[in-house]
Amino acid sequence: MINESRRGFMGKAFGAVAAVGAVASLVAMKKSWDPLPSVMAAGFTTVDLSKFTGNKLEIVKWQGKPIFILKMAADMPAVEKRSVKVGDSYYSVMIGLCTHLGCIPAYRDTTKDFKCACHGGEFTAAGVHSFGPPPRPLDIPPFTIKDGNTIVLGEAGAEYKALIASLSTDINIA
Amino acid sequence: MAEFEKANSIGEWFDQRLNVKAFTKVMMTEYWIPKEINFLWAMGALLVMLFKLLIITGIFLLMYYKPDVNMAFDSVNYTIMQEVGYGWLFRNIHGVGASVVFLIIYIHMFTAIYYGSYKKGREMIWLSGMLLFVLFSAEGFSGYMLPWGQMSYWAAYVITEIFGGIPFIGGDLVIWIRGNFYVADATLTRFFMLHVLLIPVVLIGAIAFHFYTLRFPHVNNEEGEFFDYKKESEKYLAGDKANSKVIAFWPDFLSKDFMVIAIFMVFFFYLVFYNNGFAMDPVNFDKADGMKTPAHIYPEWYFLWSYEVLRGFFFEIGGVSGKDLGLMAFGFAQGIFLVLPWLDRSPMVKPANQRPVFKYWFWLLMADLFVLTIFGKLPPTGINAYVGFFASTTFLGLFISLPFLTTIESKIVGGK
Repeated sequence: MINESRRGFMGKAFGAVAAVGAVASLVAMKKSWDPLPSVMAAGFTTVDLSKFTGNKLEIVKWQGKPIFILKMAADMPAVEKRSVKVGDSYYSVMIGLCTHLGCIPAYRDTTKDFKCACHGGEFTAAGVHSFGPPPRPLDIPPFTIKDGNTIVLGEAGAEYKALIASLSTDINIA
Repeated sequence: MAEFEKANSIGEWFDQRLNVKAFTKVMMTEYWIPKEINFLWAMGALLVMLFKLLIITGIFLLMYYKPDVNMAFDSVNYTIMQEVGYGWLFRNIHGVGASVVFLIIYIHMFTAIYYGSYKKGREMIWLSGMLLFVLFSAEGFSGYMLPWGQMSYWAAYVITEIFGGIPFIGGDLVIWIRGNFYVADATLTRFFMLHVLLIPVVLIGAIAFHFYTLRFPHVNNEEGEFFDYKKESEKYLAGDKANSKVIAFWPDFLSKDFMVIAIFMVFFFYLVFYNNGFAMDPVNFDKADGMKTPAHIYPEWYFLWSYEVLRGFFFEIGGVSGKDLGLMAFGFAQGIFLVLPWLDRSPMVKPANQRPVFKYWFWLLMADLFVLTIFGKLPPTGINAYVGFFASTTFLGLFISLPFLTTIESKIVGGK
């Protein structure tokens, strides 16, 4: 029976080597699909708000995402836990991707709301979902306010942290 | 080493080395197919033909296509479509072929459902067929991304975003699949690899496996009749072909298949040359722009039914958001066909129209899929949203009720 036990040992030895190899390969394969360091480090976007006009949506690009910056006109009230005060005006600063499946909603300045063409979702000017499949308001990107009228996207400043902390619902922090 | 005698002919030389004669018998001339079949039994051969066409045209497209976000669009729409000799033809065949292959897959699949060809020993045929459907869907989706037009981009965006609905890991999973925070160059190159290498290789293996699963249960027939293949094949070999219930795969069965293929190819090339618009969405002739969603996004026609199930739930029910309900219904729709052999509790293997309960279920399912497909293309507003909701719920209801309905049928027919 000595041959049997030798074969059994060879089988176990091969199994052990194969298992280690398989796990190591899976780790390497998973890593190869991770975003590259250059992508992860993709930096910050600085926006000067001084030329913005009320009720006119401006879209800037940050980490490949469209960021909605909407200056509130005189007749548009600031919304608690949503609006950001920069200088003397209130702004909506939001990731412009529908929280349903990521389409870009369009702003309608007549009705002062956002409409997503893909599945019919609607959001208020402050980005709160008001109709259709979107499960939560538009996400707020990390930002910080600099020099009175400039906003930097990608850096979590005091205003951003205060805004996020004030939310009781789970907001997806980008 | 085995002993070899000197061969007297080239045929014998090969036969000594490769056992060609015995192999041909096993695979072709003595592989038995039932006689009671109709043209719907030619869909398998048709699919093989279309798959070959897709591979051949794909090879030619591959020589000029550039998987890079800055070059992909022009390499398809300028280089291949306008500069390469007959490049437009290869692209049209590839695009129309990809669309038509799903038409034939659906006919093939619903033929199997209609004739009950998925149960009583035939479960592996069904499972491997559904695996092929999943692989073809992945192949279609990854290929649709490559021209890098607006529809390519946004289809890729929406479909990858679906994985974000998986609890806990969803958000990271989406970034991992894309290789970026959005659909970007890394996404294009990895889906290019999947489309031209990994999925086709797996597909070829799965097709071979699908054929193998047919080997022991054999092909079903028009009446769902069970018989002794050995006895019937002996009759055939003894020369009594008229009374035998079987025919040989080659030359009997395949020669008829070739006839169907010939007729189909006339229709197919009519589409390729004169009516290819259905596979060439005009929106996809605008270059991909991640900052601008097209006014209305819809998938290719063959994904419309499951897309409509996804967006059919647009309001909250019992504290679960419309989005999550839609995702759950979508997941259900993707997986439920797989377990059909176990949902059908009736032992009856007959064409649907001869089954007292199943016939209603089958035609209702056909009608529902038709409605889902039509409304999947329409904008989801007003009454359309409610039709979508109703049709999606009907789809779920049909599959949930199937075990109960077929249990009733089983009692009606006395367990036969």
